[in-house]
Amino acid sequence: MSRVYRPKDLAEALQMRADHPEAAPLAGGTDLMVTRHSAPREAYLNLFNVEGLSGIEVIQGGAIRVGAATIHRQIACSPEIQRAAPILAEAARVIGGRQIQNRGTIGGNIANASPAGDTLPVLLALDAQIEVQSAARGARLIPIEGFFKGYKQLDLAADELITAVIVPDHHQDALYFRKVGTRAAVAISQVILAGRVKRVEGRVIEARVAFGSVAPTPIRAREVEAALIGHPVDPRAADALDVHPIDDIRGTAVYRRAVAHRVLRTWLRAL
Amino acid sequence: MLIGTNYQRLDGRAKVTGAARYVDDLPQPEGCLFGLTLRSPHPHARIDAIRRDPGYDWQGITVVTAEDIPGENVVALMTDDQPVLAAGLTRHVTEPIALVAAPTRQRAAEALKHIHVDYTPLPALLDFEIAQDHEIKIYGEDNVFARAATLRGDPDALLRDAELVIEGIYRVGHQEQLYIEPQGLIALPREDGGLTILGSMQCPYYIHKALKRVLGGVDFNVRQTTTGGAFGGKEDYPSIMGAHVALLALKAKAPVKMIYARDEDLIATTKRHPAVIRVRAAVDPKSAKLLAVESQMIFDGGAYNTLSPVVNSRGVLHGAGPYVCEHVRVTGVMVASHTPPNGAFRGFGAPQSQFAMERHMDRIARHLEMDPAELRRINYYRPGDLTPTGQRLDDPAAEEVFERARAWVEAARRAPAPVEEAPGGRGRDLARGVAFVMGFHGAGFTGNGESGLAAKVDVSLEGDRVLIHTASIDMGQGIDTVFPAIVAETLDYPLDKVSCAPHDTATVPNSGPTAASRSVMVVGGVSQKGARQLREALRAALGAGPEATFAELVAARSPEAPPLRVRAQYDDDGAIWDAARYWGDAYPTYAWTAVAVELDVDRDTGEVIYRRLFQATDVGKAMNKVIVEGQLEGGAVQALGYATLEEVVIDARGAMKNNRLTDYIIPTTMDTPELETAIVEYPFAGGPYGAKGIGELPHDVPAAAVAAAIEDAVGVVLDQLPMTPQRVLAALMMQEEEA
Repeated sequence: MSRVYRPKDLAEALQMRADHPEAAPLAGGTDLMVTRHSAPREAYLNLFNVEGLSGIEVIQGGAIRVGAATIHRQIACSPEIQRAAPILAEAARVIGGRQIQNRGTIGGNIANASPAGDTLPVLLALDAQIEVQSAARGARLIPIEGFFKGYKQLDLAADELITAVIVPDHHQDALYFRKVGTRAAVAISQVILAGRVKRVEGRVIEARVAFGSVAPTPIRAREVEAALIGHPVDPRAADALDVHPIDDIRGTAVYRRAVAHRVLRTWLRAL
Repeated sequence: MLIGTNYQRLDGRAKVTGAARYVDDLPQPEGCLFGLTLRSPHPHARIDAIRRDPGYDWQGITVVTAEDIPGENVVALMTDDQPVLAAGLTRHVTEPIALVAAPTRQRAAEALKHIHVDYTPLPALLDFEIAQDHEIKIYGEDNVFARAATLRGDPDALLRDAELVIEGIYRVGHQEQLYIEPQGLIALPREDGGLTILGSMQCPYYIHKALKRVLGGVDFNVRQTTTGGAFGGKEDYPSIMGAHVALLALKAKAPVKMIYARDEDLIATTKRHPAVIRVRAAVDPKSAKLLAVESQMIFDGGAYNTLSPVVNSRGVLHGAGPYVCEHVRVTGVMVASHTPPNGAFRGFGAPQSQFAMERHMDRIARHLEMDPAELRRINYYRPGDLTPTGQRLDDPAAEEVFERARAWVEAARRAPAPVEEAPGGRGRDLARGVAFVMGFHGAGFTGNGESGLAAKVDVSLEGDRVLIHTASIDMGQGIDTVFPAIVAETLDYPLDKVSCAPHDTATVPNSGPTAASRSVMVVGGVSQKGARQLREALRAALGAGPEATFAELVAARSPEAPPLRVRAQYDDDGAIWDAARYWGDAYPTYAWTAVAVELDVDRDTGEVIYRRLFQATDVGKAMNKVIVEGQLEGGAVQALGYATLEEVVIDARGAMKNNRLTDYIIPTTMDTPELETAIVEYPFAGGPYGAKGIGELPHDVPAAAVAAAIEDAVGVVLDQLPMTPQRVLAALMMQEEEA
């Protein structure tokens, strides 16, 4: 039997995190419970109902702070997110099925660090920041891009917890989210594309093109972003794409690479 | 009139509320142990020794190997080639080698790790396409489990001399039945020294037949518990698993329960047979009539025979599709490979062979540059036509289902279903396609199989209740609702006073397996006959005249009177069948269908998005419209999975690699199109109220309709199942390169 620690507030959660580093942080459990039999953990730190760890609020500059334990369903339905970052709401709507959306959290999606995590390319495209806290050192903010250091590796110390995601207001940009998942629900993504383009007088001045499931971590396709900058949108920029996915049980590298290129080209054509 | 209306399912409320108890929900018997199976990691290996770790504490743990079998080490079904536990040699990966029972699943799992098997790996033959006559021997001298062939006329001459001969090769892969409830059985020692085997199953008497040979004189009965789906997957497999729980229980002298986890169920149990099918057709270019058809199919049986010869036979008998042709040869070979045995699955060979024939009709139409619907109209069976086995057909159903589907497709072209953009899928590059194909399915056993089996059903009156005692089980398809309705209608008696008795071999006679689309049509008919016999017996007992109704007879009888029970049996239906020549009445009757699919193909990803599926299906007579529609819709959606999503990925040892539901992709509700069903009723005189068997038909041809609709949408021709996004995209990219 595994032990379960049940902190009542964030301060206690951080203290327990420091005192019991063997305890796996558990929020919705939609990833951890799947491995409950095959790879049981010695202890769990239950964060699902910790006060102050969930909720959506608008902060200075119109940015939105999303508590780490906020469930996908709440993100999908949030008017603030639908306004400032509609692609995040869209991604939350296609994670797993409705039962998973009612239980899984955005912090869990980040912490699980799957290359196929549906919200992660979106957070990259939105230039989100991750807020982490520890009892010993307080809070720090990390730009999302530096947060994923390798396959399932995060810039997160053993005594730290992910406490929130800060998403800037991008409602004036062109935003796109595409999930290719073989079936329409409860699908592990084969390719995820999240894009954002800011234009002034028809010319692209800022571009984010992010992919999931094509590398060990969610990645930005900087070569495509560079090809887009400075001109009106040209779909041929998609041809610059240089990703190196792998073969696995769900799909081949050849398929993922072709699909990444094609869905990107179709989005750029529509812009 | 009850028949044909939508009276409520007897099991509906309990299943929807969660009150229904499946085998794993039953109260744990006192002292019940949990059983697990040690399986072969090799596709072909000599077993040199099975050793128990002497340092491990075996207290409270029961281990069974082939040596512990009191009777014969065979799974008796058609042939005796499959052992209950491998002895000396293993012929496929996942083959059971040893069994363990312990007080908990965890302890059993731990104990399994302390049984060591010494293997000498031998060369394995995994590819069924080269297995025939291969130097590595699996079964007999030629690795052939069975052959079947029909011949009508002289196809060879026409295929040699005709102006136009069109040839195609078609491939289909495995498919998993994916019943919601995994395989699960309990063996319960009885006070009299015998055993009760209870659990999830389709065919109590198959288990009974198999265990009689294994248990060497131990008396036992087999009882079905609420069964959460089967689709053929619980037709043969519970025989081997039943032997396993029984052997453990006998040795442990305690109840033993075995419930497969999903990953074990997926990797170890039977699947639909893969096949490669070559079709040649001589066609008159002017009339577009089929002059000669030859279809040659090879099926992968896996390492053991199971029911494969019958699958081969059914594949052959449906191989020329619902089209008339005077010169036909269809041949089927069921070959062995060192892979887990394939077995029964809804359709039983017909989905494979009809996929090939429907695709071939589209190929012919493409070649003649004509509308594929028109080609089908010219060739489908009319009343009076003869099948390749010389059976005369008198149903005009083909024409009606054809016309309905053609009209639907024309309407769909005029008014396409709207594109509904889903989250994560805005702005897709989509192409619309719509097409339809035809199919038919022989209901009941082949030839004089039903006459030979002579299914039996008891019907009894107990107080004022009527009970039906049958081995046909309800696995979700509604038998426990529909059989009582047939009997209630026959006796003009309230439905709530009629029910099926527990399906237990101790108390029900052998009605045959719940398979072959035969239950309502054949066993339902025997139940009806039993109801009439019961009424006559009651009249005789009371000395009443023919005018007395059943209800009056029951009212006139003393409430204390002992139960009155009669046995009804299937009459010889007069089918004339020459099994050696494959000539005569192949099936008691056929049900007919035409299936239309409207879909979008995503040109960027190769994904297929289903919009609408229409089927016009002749069911003879619907016993209950909602239940029949449920069968037809469910079968069609299962076939859509077969068409584009479900791929069993096999590793280098022949084992299923993607044995998890995250990786073996079946359609969800979100993938399901809008379903429209037209029930067509051309009654079959041999079925109760005209019913035909339709359990399997809905799975037969939707995959071919999908292939045709993809072709309509983007012009690529796919002749292999499943048409996964990867295969569709590869075809699209090849087309782009050529352009």
